[in-house]
Amino acid sequence: MPLELVKEKWTGKINEVTIGATKGEGGTRTSKIVVGGETGLPFLHEEGEMPHRPVVAMEVWDTAPSDWPEVLAAPFKEVMDDPGRWSKKCVEEYGADLLALRLQSAHSDWGNASPEKVSEGVKKVLEAVGVPLIILGPGQDDRDNEVLPRCSEVAKGEKCLFGNATQDNYKTLVAACLADGHSIIGESPIDINIAKQVNILISDMGFPLEKIIMDPTTGGLGYGLEYSYSIIERGRLAALGAGDKTMALPIICRVGQESWRAKEAKAGESDFPDWGAVSERGPLWEATTAVALLQAGADILVMRHPRAVESVRKTIDSLTRKNPLRDSAETLD
Amino acid sequence: MALTGLDIYKQLPKTNCGECGLPTCLAFAMQLAAKKTSLDKCPHVTEEGRAALEGASAPPIRLVTIGTGEKKVGVGNETVLFRHEETFYHPTGIAITVNDDLEGDDLEKRIGAIQSLQFERVGQRIEINLVAIRQGDNSSAARYAEVVKKVMAKLDLPPILMSSSPESLEEALKVCAEMKPLIYAADSNNYEAVAKLAKDHSCPLTVKGNGLEELSSLTEKISSSGIQDLVLDSGRRDMVSTLSDLTQIRRLALRKTYRPLGYPTIAFTSEKDPFQETAQACAYIAKYANIVVLDGAEPWQLLPVLTLRQNIYTDPQKPIQVEPKVYEVGTVIDKSPVLVTTNFSLTYFTVEGDVEASKVASLIVVVDTEGTSVLTAWAAEKFTAESIASAVKKYTVEEKVSHRKLIIPGFVAVLSGKLEEELPGWKVLVGPRESSGIPTYLKNTWKEVSL
Ligand code: B12
Ligand code: SF4
Repeated sequence: MPLELVKEKWTGKINEVTIGATKGEGGTRTSKIVVGGETGLPFLHEEGEMPHRPVVAMEVWDTAPSDWPEVLAAPFKEVMDDPGRWSKKCVEEYGADLLALRLQSAHSDWGNASPEKVSEGVKKVLEAVGVPLIILGPGQDDRDNEVLPRCSEVAKGEKCLFGNATQDNYKTLVAACLADGHSIIGESPIDINIAKQVNILISDMGFPLEKIIMDPTTGGLGYGLEYSYSIIERGRLAALGAGDKTMALPIICRVGQESWRAKEAKAGESDFPDWGAVSERGPLWEATTAVALLQAGADILVMRHPRAVESVRKTIDSLTRKNPLRDSAETLD
Repeated sequence: MALTGLDIYKQLPKTNCGECGLPTCLAFAMQLAAKKTSLDKCPHVTEEGRAALEGASAPPIRLVTIGTGEKKVGVGNETVLFRHEETFYHPTGIAITVNDDLEGDDLEKRIGAIQSLQFERVGQRIEINLVAIRQGDNSSAARYAEVVKKVMAKLDLPPILMSSSPESLEEALKVCAEMKPLIYAADSNNYEAVAKLAKDHSCPLTVKGNGLEELSSLTEKISSSGIQDLVLDSGRRDMVSTLSDLTQIRRLALRKTYRPLGYPTIAFTSEKDPFQETAQACAYIAKYANIVVLDGAEPWQLLPVLTLRQNIYTDPQKPIQVEPKVYEVGTVIDKSPVLVTTNFSLTYFTVEGDVEASKVASLIVVVDTEGTSVLTAWAAEKFTAESIASAVKKYTVEEKVSHRKLIIPGFVAVLSGKLEEELPGWKVLVGPRESSGIPTYLKNTWKEVSL
């Protein structure tokens, strides 16, 4: 008797979101990225479609990050004070096909830069590289609201992905993205109801759900990862199984930011001789955080270290290869 | 799977003799289904009836134990597909390989490397659980047994005996059968001989199929000969098909109570690059492997693997907590610094580790935040000026130190004003945001302010 596999009949589908506009589409990007579109759980190709592979966005700052540990800062030392060169290095040397530009210079502790000044950094990056851009504010409500609209304007037509809108602070960013044709990230603190609420608030302003990406908040490996993991899984099940349209959105995770906070990622060998080489440990801590979140359903991983990025890209390669067993009679070992 | 009263009734004598204390067999069956009585109350149930009932009420995924004593590992008996539905109960067993072609020093080194793969995290010990001793293609049964013996003499870990040759397995079992090793593996070529070894030595046995169908038919044959402690290997080594098979096994067992695959699973990494190997291991931990076997034995590789296992197997219903009170790190004196934190284990142990690393003896006041982190507790109003002040008073910190300075986490700097109001006479110092900044803070900033 042939074995009958248990294949779930999912009814929902995750929205497809495009980042980046090429010349013909009113922008200046040389490529674009589409995420989402899943009709099943991650990488179970025999049961659902995964038309677009999850992507890694390399993180670039508009001011030199003074608090990055040595192992993380080393690859970028020469370019850190110039977001244009930093971006170019990510694309040309590390093959990044998407960048996440973080406007840290606008943070009140990091220089409190004016909207004018910050938007110049955005322009620089747009000119330096052709890949699509994610643009992230410093995460302080007042500063986000001052600088993001100006940055949205200078990137008008480029179909960037802007973030983050939150439950208490979304109106300014939504209005800007609506006017300039960008997509938006809605953030929630590991809470499925708030995630839903944020999506509804944003779409109530006339912003299409089809252009929203969810940031459910990421806990790094060993520092709350399991909470993020389960919230993403629950959201996916609600979207696919229960057909909840307000949860059927792609997911973005700030993997680099969270994993490099961990002591395990950055502590030196002299402090923890039993943990092994920090030059390997740091990037692997980041990569492992990403690999786990991929299994939960992450679509965009914002990452930092080139080795972690490269490794996760390879992992995505292996995971998005169709399952040879279920698609043909061929077996493999 | 829960049995209905009717399922049970079918297996009873149907004589209504009443000796069980209930008037009819049906009444007894109903009570049994409701778990209000036990089967041994009926003296007349037949052997077959008992076996059928016990079999049917067995958990959908069998719990299989490998090894003996303190280091034994129980895997399987999971009840859900997603951890948020309940929790995952039996953490994935992590095994590291030793090849029997290693000679002298190399073997010693490998054993030494494996020995050191244990760490302390969040007040818990996280370590690898098994050693997989693998026979090379050109090795003899005698050679294999000798290596098994050497490894077992040095490593206090339950072994997995990896060989396709029944003769070699037999030799190896002679030296370690009483340790209840996991035999790897019975396949379509050798299963009769290997299953017999498992039976004779009552050891758990891995069944390796080429795909799920072959695997099911093998486990049916083997279990019908009375061997129940089985572990499943569907034979896949690439990531997508391994994940697919692991998922199918879990679903078939839980959703369909499909007995031939109602056993724990084992998965093997195949990538040589340590980053890619780690990725495989972690994906398998997340998605349903009960044992994962790795070749890599670097501490920087196993630390993230074991941490991920710890995360995935944490009970989502209740955060791990420490008792709220004042903790003393090092030999404290009345001039020792006082730090405040929450009773979420992760938070507390992170802070404690960094205080310890600073080598400055300190007191840590742990506030009851119902096991939540600093910012979570702050956002939920459990870590407030009031709750901190009341902890400082309740634990009589005034009597333990002569100074009146309190260091709070940098993330809750906003609390300092209010906290000084709540604690008259105290000065609140804002510490670094990340606890990794504590050693520098205590050595420099604290030294200055405490003078
Ligand atoms: C996991 C998590 C949860 C888990 C709870 C985990 C737990 N047991 O606490 C869940 C999902 C339940 C949760 C719920 C909520 N959360 Co929450 N959560 C997180 C998350 C992802 C990680 C927290 C964590 O575990 N960190 C690790 C621990 C070790 O960090 P820590 O305690 O801060 O300790 C560090 C430092 O503070 C420092 N430190 C600690 N003690 C001390 C002491 C001294 C003296 C010093 C110097 C330093 C120091 O050292 C540690 C290591 O560096 C963060 C976001 C993030 N990525 O950080 C959000 C976050 C903390 N949560 C947040 C919120 C808002 C909530 C909710 C209120 C949301 C809601 N409405 O549902 C609820 C509240 C729940 C409740 N009612 O109890 C916000 C807080 C926002 C803010 N700045 O106020 C955050 C920042 C997310 C966000 N960006 O919005 N959360
Ligand atoms: S003792 Fe057994 S046979 Fe007799 S009534 Fe009870 S269940 Fe039936």
